[in-house]
Amino acid sequence: MKKRVVITGMGVVAPNGVGLDAFTAALKSGTSGIEFYPHLKELGFSCCIGGIPKISEEKKREYFTELQLRNFNSASILYGCIAGVDAWKDAGLDINEETDFDSGTIFGAGTSGVERLREAIYGVDDKKVRRLGSTVVAQTMASGVSAYLGGMLGLGNQVTTNSSACTTGTEAVLMGYDRIQLGKAKRMLVGSSSEDGPYIWGGFDAMRVLTRHHNEKPESGSRPMSATATGFVPGSGAGALVLESLDSALARNATIYAEIIGGSVNAGGQRNGGTMTAPNSTAVRRCIQDAVADAGIEPTEIDTINGHLTATIKDPTEIQNWATALDLKGDDFPYINALKSTTGHCLSASGSIESVASVLQIKEDFIFPSINSEDLHPEIEALIGKERIPHKLIKQTVNIVAKASFGFGDVNGCIIFKKFKNE
Amino acid sequence: MSNNEAMLADLKSIIKPYIQNEEAFAKLTEETDFINDLKINSANLVDIVLDVEDKFDIEIDNDSMDKMLNVKAALEVIQEKLAVK
Repeated sequence: MKKRVVITGMGVVAPNGVGLDAFTAALKSGTSGIEFYPHLKELGFSCCIGGIPKISEEKKREYFTELQLRNFNSASILYGCIAGVDAWKDAGLDINEETDFDSGTIFGAGTSGVERLREAIYGVDDKKVRRLGSTVVAQTMASGVSAYLGGMLGLGNQVTTNSSACTTGTEAVLMGYDRIQLGKAKRMLVGSSSEDGPYIWGGFDAMRVLTRHHNEKPESGSRPMSATATGFVPGSGAGALVLESLDSALARNATIYAEIIGGSVNAGGQRNGGTMTAPNSTAVRRCIQDAVADAGIEPTEIDTINGHLTATIKDPTEIQNWATALDLKGDDFPYINALKSTTGHCLSASGSIESVASVLQIKEDFIFPSINSEDLHPEIEALIGKERIPHKLIKQTVNIVAKASFGFGDVNGCIIFKKFKNE
Repeated sequence: MSNNEAMLADLKSIIKPYIQNEEAFAKLTEETDFINDLKINSANLVDIVLDVEDKFDIEIDNDSMDKMLNVKAALEVIQEKLAVK
């Protein structure tokens, strides 16, 4: 018998809000965190806008010791540790004095400490390897973020980092879900983080997949589902969720945000239209259908979908895939919104930040507005109509949210979150 | 302050950020061991050596660094490197 898995704590570091309160407020009001960054323009970027969370030096010191901050230059560890520690505390859990063998973390990342790695590369090339200091490895190893979190919280179960491009965060949630379901851990801190700036975003700018038409008006730049979408806006940050067996959560009388009732990860194998960068639609549909089947629900029970929806030419394809997979069209289609309209595409962090947003909708009974899509793409309108995309906050009971992410490498993930009922 | 006392004061200010045992640091003597007494993470010993190099404008080779496990040995290495400057 598989264990039931619930969410008992969350933390978030997003371009439009750091901390659950600020993020929830931005979510409800549709406040954008996208800004113009002059240094990107100086470097010759086509897209000079993006989403970077604002973390003060003071805030860093609430989470890191002075010693940890000496020569510290790793955004994924910074964002991930803030979100992760916040989630842990939000769950009402103490910082363990002794190793807690029942708790672990699966905290994903796309890269770690690229800025620190750059410093190290310059040092090595300058024949100064002996002067790099002791922290290059810890800050630049892929698992840096989970290693730091494991130490901060005293985690003694599995401590690892997953990486699957823009599916990373969604995959981390499902990996933690599996582990608790199987009885291998009582609590898993799951989430993901993504770095930012020219060295992370340059490769995307070079691919011409970022929008270059909104440098003068950043807040209108991220336009998922819009007829005038011309590419995504890069973002960064971290999202974190404490997953816990229902038994453990009830035993300590924890606040339960929602339950995870099913999910699926798969890949398209870069066949049938799938490539390194484009999805195999057959695999996407299968992933969604498998998640719905795993959850044991009917598609009509889904109140709202939080899509991957990045604001590239693939958005209509994604809607088509949801409509086909769920066999729902027009007014029968659930609501669907895109967090990326206000945060940009937070890359490896997107799945976890968007999972936090999805769960907040269940906990507080609202559907957040998807901005910059008033001029809906005609193909999307033909499939599901205008009414299914909320442009303003909708207050209504939200029982079930489907959340999906898709990533380079033709990888997919879909989670079904449900309001918790003790039955 | 004698040269030795000044050097000890400099060394103390260098190692202070890395120590995990305030009590042992407060009563630091030449015999105080960096790892066993001050509970400094062994990985940080290289950072201390780099800070010492910067402070005294010397270069500490790997063999000398291996010896720098307590206050006395550290002071000796610093003096030795200053002498050949």
